[in-house]
Amino acid sequence: MNGFSNGFSPKLTRRHFGALLAGSAFTLAAPAILRADSGPRLVVIGGGFGGASAARFARISYPDVNVTLIEPYDSFVTCPYGNLILGGKRALPQITHSYDGLRARGVDVVQNRARDIDPVAKRVTLADDTRIAYDKLIVSPGIALRRDAIEGYDEAASEIFPHAWMGGDGSQISILRRQLEALPEGGVVGLAIPPNPFRCPPGPYERISMIAHHLKQHNPRAKILAFDAKDGFSKQGLFQDGWAELYGDMIEWIPASQDGTITAVDPQERVFISEFGERHKVDVGNVIPPQYAAAIARDTGLADDSGWVPVDPLTFAAEAAPDIHVIGDANIGSPMPKSGYVANSTSKQAVAAAIADLRGEAAPADPVYFNTCYSHLGDDYAVSVAAIFRKDGEGGIMATPDSGGLSPRGPLSELAYNRRREAEYADAWYDSITTDMFS
Amino acid sequence: MSFLSQALRGGALALVLGAVAPIGAAQAEEIRTPMIAQGCAGCHGQSGVGTGSVPQIAGYGRDAFITTWESFRKDERPATIMNRIAPGYTDDEVAALADYFSQLR
Repeated sequence: MNGFSNGFSPKLTRRHFGALLAGSAFTLAAPAILRADSGPRLVVIGGGFGGASAARFARISYPDVNVTLIEPYDSFVTCPYGNLILGGKRALPQITHSYDGLRARGVDVVQNRARDIDPVAKRVTLADDTRIAYDKLIVSPGIALRRDAIEGYDEAASEIFPHAWMGGDGSQISILRRQLEALPEGGVVGLAIPPNPFRCPPGPYERISMIAHHLKQHNPRAKILAFDAKDGFSKQGLFQDGWAELYGDMIEWIPASQDGTITAVDPQERVFISEFGERHKVDVGNVIPPQYAAAIARDTGLADDSGWVPVDPLTFAAEAAPDIHVIGDANIGSPMPKSGYVANSTSKQAVAAAIADLRGEAAPADPVYFNTCYSHLGDDYAVSVAAIFRKDGEGGIMATPDSGGLSPRGPLSELAYNRRREAEYADAWYDSITTDMFS
Repeated sequence: MSFLSQALRGGALALVLGAVAPIGAAQAEEIRTPMIAQGCAGCHGQSGVGTGSVPQIAGYGRDAFITTWESFRKDERPATIMNRIAPGYTDDEVAALADYFSQLR
């Protein structure tokens, strides 16, 4: 360790090397050329924030482990920054990511959809009936829409009233953008916002902001009616301050207690129908239905009656089946929000715990999970909420007391610097996290 | 070959490479990232190299890292978000972060 026959000496001394190894848990870099076809088999369902992060982390940390990633789409369109397409600040290619980086790391990326899981035989069956065996399975499939929660909101309705709440092939966010561009002068944009829990708590309100940002420039007399199935929302004070500051009276938010819950739609007539039967005509309608875990999690019995998957928060092992870890929006991760950063952060503990179990070792002790959610309200104007989660001493996890929290409230005259820096940090977050997922 | 000896061989090669060139993203990756530091990568980039306006923390002096962290924790140093993040970690965790990032040089 202290010298080589060619005369080079390692930069770190043996003592430093030992100190690093002595840490409670670590990841080990390895050249991508190492393949381990006879090694343990880790299969990952879902190539999004959770799954891609898991696959990449596994190849970097455990070069002897075979990693297969099953993902239906040939590239990943992020939901984060999709709202910036609506605001005219990004184009679709900028939020579309290739899986080639993961392939270069030795991940076997299988473009297909997982249809079934046999937890006894430890096999995943794909849509074309191909079967893939696993030693450990990471399931990160995301969400599905509870279409039955909004009468009339069938698949065809999504073409007229897009949800744009799953990246898919990018068509949903593209439809909504085109509709906004074509909005009649002074027209009405309606949003139907779901009850908790749903993917990305601040997301609908960033969307309102970015739609307003577009309208302020191109259609300033247009109005936004935000019908909400809730009486409060994430970063509410910050959003409402910002809306008043930037958009005047363009945005009207209707809470559930004022009949804001949309329970039916008539796409042909372009009408939202509220819980108490009020009909609201819109020119553009964004319907974000109530949600639950994606079908693979429900159809295989991983999810409970809530429609979400209960897991051990220290390992993400599914309560319903051994050798399966469920991460990302599909799981019950409370108090952690359903966010991309949470999926990314927790993916590493899930993989480390899974591999440790294969080796007869304990999962890394005392995990700490991290989240920061940025929301763009306009140009040079973003706000955030941050949280650090850890064991609560009772088998669950909690937000670390006296830490985290929201951006400060206040006028631009005092906080323009903060708002602009947060917008810059949000951009850096997007680049950094997608690097941590796909590179 | 055991996992540990295989790891040592991979690590030794990486250390040699690291010794003959300035630290860059690819070489930094060769140094093992403790689990506690994984969350930082979402903003501070791979191995703390930084991205856009978010500063590089790779190679930050160990003592300075801890001092700076404390001033964020006490909300003494002007900050946009680190003053909310710093109180979320224990002293031991901050020491581990300082050890790791300071060795990326």
